[in-house]
Amino acid sequence: MPLIKDGHFVADDWSRPVEGEPAVAGAKLILAFARLEAEASDLIEAGHAVGVEITNDTDPAALEPWFDRLALIVVPFPRAADGRGFSIATRLRRLGYRGELRASGHLIADQYTLARSCGFDTVEISDAQAARQPEPHWLEAEHAMSLAYQRGYGPLRNILGARWAAQ
Amino acid sequence: MYRYDEFDTQFVRERVSQFRGQVERRLTGALNEDEFRPLRLMNGLYLQLHAYMLRVAIPYGTLSAHQMRQLGAIADKYDRGYGHFTTRQNIQFNWPKLKDVPDILDDLADVEMHAIQTSGNCIRNVTADPYAGVAADEIADPRPTGELLRQWSSNHPEFSFLPRKFKIALTGARADRAVIKFHDIGLRLVEGEGGQLGYEVWAGGGLGRTPMIGIKVRDFVPTADLLRYVEAIMRVYNAEGRRDNKYKARIKILIHEKGGEDFRAEVEQEFARIAHDPAAPVEKELARIQAFFAPPAYEALPAESEALAKAKLANPNFARWVRVNTRAHKAPGYTIAVISLKPKGGVPGDATGDEMRVMADAADAYSMSELRVSAEQNIVLPNVKASDLFALWQMLDRAGLASSNAELISDVVSCPGMDYCALATARSIPIAQEITERFAEPVLQEQIGPIRIKISGCINACGHHHVGDIGILGLEKTGAEAYQITLGGDPTESAAIGERSGPGFPAEGVVDAIERLIHFYLGRREDGETFKQTYHRLGHSVMKDALYASH
Repeated sequence: MPLIKDGHFVADDWSRPVEGEPAVAGAKLILAFARLEAEASDLIEAGHAVGVEITNDTDPAALEPWFDRLALIVVPFPRAADGRGFSIATRLRRLGYRGELRASGHLIADQYTLARSCGFDTVEISDAQAARQPEPHWLEAEHAMSLAYQRGYGPLRNILGARWAAQ
Repeated sequence: MYRYDEFDTQFVRERVSQFRGQVERRLTGALNEDEFRPLRLMNGLYLQLHAYMLRVAIPYGTLSAHQMRQLGAIADKYDRGYGHFTTRQNIQFNWPKLKDVPDILDDLADVEMHAIQTSGNCIRNVTADPYAGVAADEIADPRPTGELLRQWSSNHPEFSFLPRKFKIALTGARADRAVIKFHDIGLRLVEGEGGQLGYEVWAGGGLGRTPMIGIKVRDFVPTADLLRYVEAIMRVYNAEGRRDNKYKARIKILIHEKGGEDFRAEVEQEFARIAHDPAAPVEKELARIQAFFAPPAYEALPAESEALAKAKLANPNFARWVRVNTRAHKAPGYTIAVISLKPKGGVPGDATGDEMRVMADAADAYSMSELRVSAEQNIVLPNVKASDLFALWQMLDRAGLASSNAELISDVVSCPGMDYCALATARSIPIAQEITERFAEPVLQEQIGPIRIKISGCINACGHHHVGDIGILGLEKTGAEAYQITLGGDPTESAAIGERSGPGFPAEGVVDAIERLIHFYLGRREDGETFKQTYHRLGHSVMKDALYASH
């Protein structure tokens, strides 16, 4: 599945291990939230980078004890119209999570800036969607809006801050 | 009035060109219809029964003469020469072509207007008391907060894909003319201890198929904390609002299912988390906005105008218009004038391009170039000298805009219904027209007194029928239109949801039934009673029987 970072399609070096199968040495592994407690510590000890994939009704605070050990949190977008993930990302960032945050599923290029603003680093979409919305669409979407009114979200230029600077 | 600075202008222009790109990508198929729909809705574009409809925001109901003139020009250039003012301080154009829409948005941006978030599952156009800033019963002008909320909610990264639409209304007055208890969030300016200004916060009100009166979430939120408090409510709703059933996705259902106490506790918890967030303070921005809404320099005028008194004596029609269509202004010698968009036989809320230009000219000549749109689908001139009223009335009368019926029986609120809307199950406009004709007689109208008739052409209740003294809901029953009547609804501070009366009426019988009820009320009212007071004194079942008297 194509992964988008900084507007570009990039290779995804993370994988989702099948339960019960041994992991390839050094692989970066995404575990379901339910597997975290049982498997993450051993995998980290064995040198794997570990990420977690949550569901979009997970309370972000439940991940807080794991923040230092997680290199990736994956938040699903079952449909582009389902915006729960935007609040999950905001909460994770405000709780202090600094690792990579990935939106996965159905997110369209027009939502890319919103996702970035809420704290997502990367977006993972289906092959079918990538065929309709190739790389140039994402690059373009990144530059469609350059200003935002809301404070506390990134990365667009904040209008309130700009006003105050101009005063 | 608020004026855009370079940043507001750039923001709106970028949004227009972004939408232009989205339309192009829809046409090439890069965006499928499911993906495009929320994007076009967030720019106010609906697909209706016969054509696209573009809904333009009039934030907190305030517009300048210059803007009104541009709306008239758009009606003439891109539509069929008219527009429709809605119950939520928007104007709808019913016949734009998809290819023209980005150009219309550019024309709107020329006069600091937009169609951003007038539909879709996002925070909608923020509405306010149409008399904000000028009403005699006002504590403070709520519009600076309205503008703050408009900016804050525009293209919000976190809250643009909510479970369902989200409507915020504001008032700064004691009387509620903004229907705040029937909004997702309703805000009422109040004075706290020591005279500090803040907001009483209501949430979870709504009409639609499950009408509910909102609950009070908090007695007092200092103005400086308001955005944070709203953010906390939005975050709880975005995370927990239902997404499995669009009819249960509004915040009212979440609050209802969760219970007010739990909801409140969760909002307070989230608010506490972000209370000291250094990113949030907005006092400085609010102060900047407030400067735009500083009261104009009112002339020192006597409370009573002699010229007005003379003109009223000489002209009974004018005297009636003054009695019915003007409201108390906070400044002596000034008045608030309502331009009714409910002429006899007309379509409620419709205005032609020519009429918009007359209203703009009237605002330039007599109302400091400012106009308002009300939830009753009328236009308001907020700053008229009492001594100018006669000249204003003559100007309006010449244009057919001087109907003396504000808040009377022919001031009917109506959604577009099946004549335009894809969701409608019945026509509403013809019923509204019939009412304005049946009760056209001005003396009779004044005798009946204040009464709200509201008509919706389907259970989505855009015509606010749940809060009419008399509500009319058009449904489809076995292939024919049937109109169900509710009684006792109230959109104000004494909020109430109308109670259903009984079997519906056919299109040709509904106005007869209302006439029977009105005659019954006139026969049974006690001295000085309004319809509402008689209704409460006699009770629902007595009043409802009057509808069916001849059955």
